[in-house]
Formats: sequence, structure tokens, C-alpha cells
Amino acid sequence: MPSLKDLKIRIDSVKSTQKITKAMKMVAASKLRRAQDAAEAARPYAERMEKVLTGLGQAVKDQPGASPLLAGTGSEDVQLVVVATSERGLCGGFNTNIVKAAKAHILKLLEDGKTVKILCIGKKGHVILRREFEDKIIALKDMSAVKKLGFGDAQPIAAEVLAMFERGEFDVATLFYAKFQSALVQITTKQQLIPAALGDAANENDAEDDLAGAVYDYEPSEEAILDDLLPRNVSVQIYRGLLENAASEQGARMTAMDSATRNAGDMIDSLTITYNRTRQANITKELIEIISGAEAL
Amino acid sequence: MADMLHFEIVSPERLLKDAQAAMVVVPGSDGDFAALPAHAPMMSTIRPGVVEIYETEGENPEQLFVKGGLAQISAEGLTILAEEAIHLEEVDAADLAQKIADAESDLAVAADDVARAAVEKELAWMAALSELVS
Repeated sequence: MPSLKDLKIRIDSVKSTQKITKAMKMVAASKLRRAQDAAEAARPYAERMEKVLTGLGQAVKDQPGASPLLAGTGSEDVQLVVVATSERGLCGGFNTNIVKAAKAHILKLLEDGKTVKILCIGKKGHVILRREFEDKIIALKDMSAVKKLGFGDAQPIAAEVLAMFERGEFDVATLFYAKFQSALVQITTKQQLIPAALGDAANENDAEDDLAGAVYDYEPSEEAILDDLLPRNVSVQIYRGLLENAASEQGARMTAMDSATRNAGDMIDSLTITYNRTRQANITKELIEIISGAEAL
Repeated sequence: MADMLHFEIVSPERLLKDAQAAMVVVPGSDGDFAALPAHAPMMSTIRPGVVEIYETEGENPEQLFVKGGLAQISAEGLTILAEEAIHLEEVDAADLAQKIADAESDLAVAADDVARAAVEKELAWMAALSELVS
């Protein structure tokens, strides 16, 4: 049975924890707003880019001499897995979920006898992946210095990925990140970066409506535009992934901190009850002692 | 308005401009072209250069420097996908000169062809910009 003093100390400590989680929740909520706005602002560019690429890509894809960024290198032996996670913890299952999906993908590739290389963005995922795949991790991109995510932050990563591709260090690149749906729901998403994944059948029709309705003049040429666009597309995809990730991270943290605050509240309640009972028991005990002492006289 | 061109300038970070203009001059990689209302559909890559926006005809244009990208003219109007757009007045010549010097020293120590190509690309747009500013 803990003493009254011990109980009091515990209640106070839980109370201060609750204050911290409450503050973190509010910080996450305001950061979420900003991250969400940024993700939304980036959408028009990515959408238009996708439209153009889908339209152009369908036409050029099967022609000989198409860029390897679009058609692939013809082999799938060396796979690059880009895993984007957060820099900070205390955000519920956010990092675990992304890593879990990435791990399943990696294990499947290894089973198929492929060579896997891992590029980590954000150190939380790196810490978990390091346990199992230390020898496969080729780089860790530390984003902790980044306050507000800009296109300039995604570009160096894309440049490095492209440079590796050009040196023939891998054939297929896949990006793992969490797509933001709401503060409660984040969808772990796997996206193929190289060769460029063109829109699925439904999107194709949309693009055709848009592009095939009019005959476009291409300047300098379809191929030249694609060659310019494809590397840019990789940066845009990574940037988009990072933005979604940032919003998801804050959403996950908000939810996690909200339930932590609630748990702390429950704990305080039950501790307070125990405290009051103990106090009451002590008083009763003392009374009995006094009364029985008086009776004995 | 039928005689106005609807145009958008979009950067990866946000929609920079969404407005109407009488004419927009775009620095295409095969040469500048002016987009007027009801232009035939076309698509062109952009070299680093100045986009000139004429809100009304004959007036002084608004000048925006773009770092390259893609222009698309469709029935809905002109869309410019630009990596970055800077107002010409906002460019700091001294800062730019410093950046060019930095990039040139980077070029000297670039490890391989890929790194060199990246630096050269950076240099290309900075050189284009400095020519316009000076």
C-alpha cells in the first residue's frame, strides 16, 4: 500500500505529464494546419505535371529509345527503396506503420532474389530499419534542420537518386510515405518513382479527353519535353511525398497526444480516488485507535 | 472576356499567379513566343528567362524570371509550370555574383560527370539572370 505522500507525488507527476501532452497536442494541431496548407498548395503543380506526363508518356513509352526514366532499364534486379519517416518520435504508430510496409516490401524483394538498397529520409525510420538491414542502407537524409519544407529540400534528394540511376546503381526506385487523409487516418503509400508510374486506366481517359481533343504543337519535340519533364517529375513526387508525410506526422502526433492526455486524465481520476480512500482509511484507523485506547482505561 | 488570355504560373510549392492578361511572352527553349488569346494548343519547354505579362496592350509588362520549366497552351489558357519565379526587381546583383562564384568553384571540384552536369545547370540559369540584371 503506497503511502499518502507517494500517492500525492504520483498524482503531481501525472498532472505535469498531462500538461506536456496537452501542449504538444496543441502545437501539433497548429503545425498540422500549416503542413496541410502546404500540401494543398503543392497539389496544382503535381496534378498538371501528371496530366502532361500521362498524355505524353502513353505516346512515347513503347517507342524504342524512350528515356529509361519512363521505360525502365529492362531489368528489375537492383531495387532502391526510399523510406520517408519523421525526425521526431511521439507520433503514435506513424513511423512504425511506414517502416512495416517498407519492411514487407523489402523482404518480398529479397525473397525474389533481388538486390535491395535503402535510402532513409528522416532518422526515426533509419533507427528501426538499421536493426535488420544495416548493410543495405546506403544513405540517411537528415531533415531535422528543415523548419519549413520547401521544394529546395526535396531537390537534392531527387538529384542524388537521379545521379545514382544514371550511374546504373539501381533499376527501380520505390518511395514509401504516409498519405494524409485526416488527423485520424494516414494511409501508408508505396509509390514507384523510377520508372515513372503513369496514371492508371481511369486517369488515362481523363488525360485523353484533355490532350487528344486538341492537336498540340510540341516545341522542341515530344521526346525533348519528356526528357526535361521526367527528372523534374522525380523531384516533384519526392516533394509531394515529403509534404504528405509532414502533414501525416502532425496528424498522427495530434491524435496520439490527444489520447495520451485523456489517459493521463483517467489516471489522475483513479489515483485521486485511491488517495482519498487511503486518507479516509487512515483517519478511520486513527479514530479506532483512540476509541479503543479510551475504552481500555 | 473573350479577348483576354487566362494564364497560370504554378510552382511546386504553390500557385503563383492565376490571372487574365492581354498577352504573355514566354521564353521557350526554341525561342520566345507570345501567347495571345485563342492561341493554338502547344507545349514547350522553357529556358531560364523572363516571362513578360502584358495586362493590357502596349502597357509596360510585369516581368518575372523563371528558372525553366514547361509551358502548355490549351483551350483553357496558358499554364506555366515553373520551378521558381522571381520578380526582376527583387534580385540582388551582389548576392547573385557570389552564388555564381560559389558554383564555379564547385564546378572545379565536381567529382564526376553527373555532379558536374548538375552544377552546370545551376550556372546556366544564374548566368541568364545576371545578364538581365546587369
